[in-house]
Amino acid sequence: MCLGIPGEIVELIPGQPELAKVEVAGVRRAINVGLVSQDGIRPGDWVLVHVGFAMSKIDEQEAAATLALLRGLGQAYTDELEALAESDIT
Amino acid sequence: MRFVDEYRDAGQARQLAARIRDLCEPGRHYTFMEVCGGHTHTIYKHGLEDHLPETVSLVHGPGCPVCVIPMGRIDDAIAIAHEPGVIMTSFGDMMRVPGGRGSFLDAKAAGADIRMVYSPLDALKIARQNPDRTVVFMAIGFETTAPSTAMTVLRAEAEGIGNFAVFCNHVTILPAIKAILDSPDMRLDGFIGPGHVSTVIGCRPYSFIAGDYGKPLVCAGFEPLDVLQSVHMLLRQLAEGRAEVENQYTRVVPWDGNPRALSAISRVMELRPHFEWRGLGFIANSALRMGESYAAYDAERRFPVPGVRVADPKACQCGEVLKGVLKPWECKVFGTACTPETPIGTCMVSSEGACAAYYNFGRFTRRREVAPSPGLRSGGSAATRATREGDGFERPSSLTK
Repeated sequence: MCLGIPGEIVELIPGQPELAKVEVAGVRRAINVGLVSQDGIRPGDWVLVHVGFAMSKIDEQEAAATLALLRGLGQAYTDELEALAESDIT
Repeated sequence: MRFVDEYRDAGQARQLAARIRDLCEPGRHYTFMEVCGGHTHTIYKHGLEDHLPETVSLVHGPGCPVCVIPMGRIDDAIAIAHEPGVIMTSFGDMMRVPGGRGSFLDAKAAGADIRMVYSPLDALKIARQNPDRTVVFMAIGFETTAPSTAMTVLRAEAEGIGNFAVFCNHVTILPAIKAILDSPDMRLDGFIGPGHVSTVIGCRPYSFIAGDYGKPLVCAGFEPLDVLQSVHMLLRQLAEGRAEVENQYTRVVPWDGNPRALSAISRVMELRPHFEWRGLGFIANSALRMGESYAAYDAERRFPVPGVRVADPKACQCGEVLKGVLKPWECKVFGTACTPETPIGTCMVSSEGACAAYYNFGRFTRRREVAPSPGLRSGGSAATRATREGDGFERPSSLTK
């Protein structure tokens, strides 16, 4: 929850400027990008996702490092990913 | 993977460790608090204390949002969940946290409709799908999650969804740090600042810690080398007689934070005059509630809330752990009566809690040659340092593909 999960923006959602699809560890889910949209969000960008909201833009290197770190956390990361997989934001 | 190795290079870690050693004044003990539970994880996972001189101690702070929620608030949430027509929603972390009269899971077994959600937006969706019910979101967390709750309320307002309410338990990190600084047994020399909270609030708000209390703070990333480098930056400030706010995590933390996130919070929420924190007691202006203009979304105004204060179980020493006075393994019930399967205290329930982190990563042996009381009281807990058996820094991240 407090540690953001890096996600790659894979798709902007037409008609819903606040939402975008991200991919996190193979899981694609919609998240809200309203708090980072001032930076301009495009497919291929990486963001740190906290509870369904992109909170900051990061670069790919940071994303890779953070993902590795989270994997090392074991259960905490798995739980968060499972919760994300259950998420169905519209 | 090249990217990851840059943050975990054992050679660099050794170099940093040597530079850290050089900066330590002989005979002086240093105690730094890592405010965020994420850092606690990195420290235990990689056995970072083994890379630091015995005279440098790291103690945990209050930065685990589930851990600081007092038991009475769980009881309040359960009371709301039992109101007719209510669907209570909450992050998975909260489900097993014991209140004075059981946990969410117990309440669910007793018939309350309590559902786990990943995001407040998922709770809002449940409200959309159940117009004849009232969906309450149990909001917890520091400034990393408060903007999400605020944005969700704004979305509910924009869509005209009236059957959605927030039971707001958001807390703010600065008053908690101030409470620790004001505590009479304070012996800290500096702070490793929370990385992801700072993406929202930025670095500026910490300036009182340096200015008024003369303690350095370094906003830090979560990689092992980030934490070691932050310790180095803190020691360098002390060696040069400086107390400043520095940002080690510039690749993620902007100096001014995320202004949009801050404005969402201030639009929807207001400061509570006081709020109880587990272990720290009541702290003025330390938490958020729904603002007057969003009273319609405030579960505390829509439902009767008992508001009864519940003392922590006697055996539980989460309070001391949260203040950095005790290390997890020094708690009387750690790993015996209190385990992640049967937690007594919040620090063991939450995956972000110091006790859970230590329990999960701490294949350790205890070394207590000298035995002054640790942490804040002694000004250095090197004597009660745990030595990890292997699994240290050099371990290649097999988990990093």
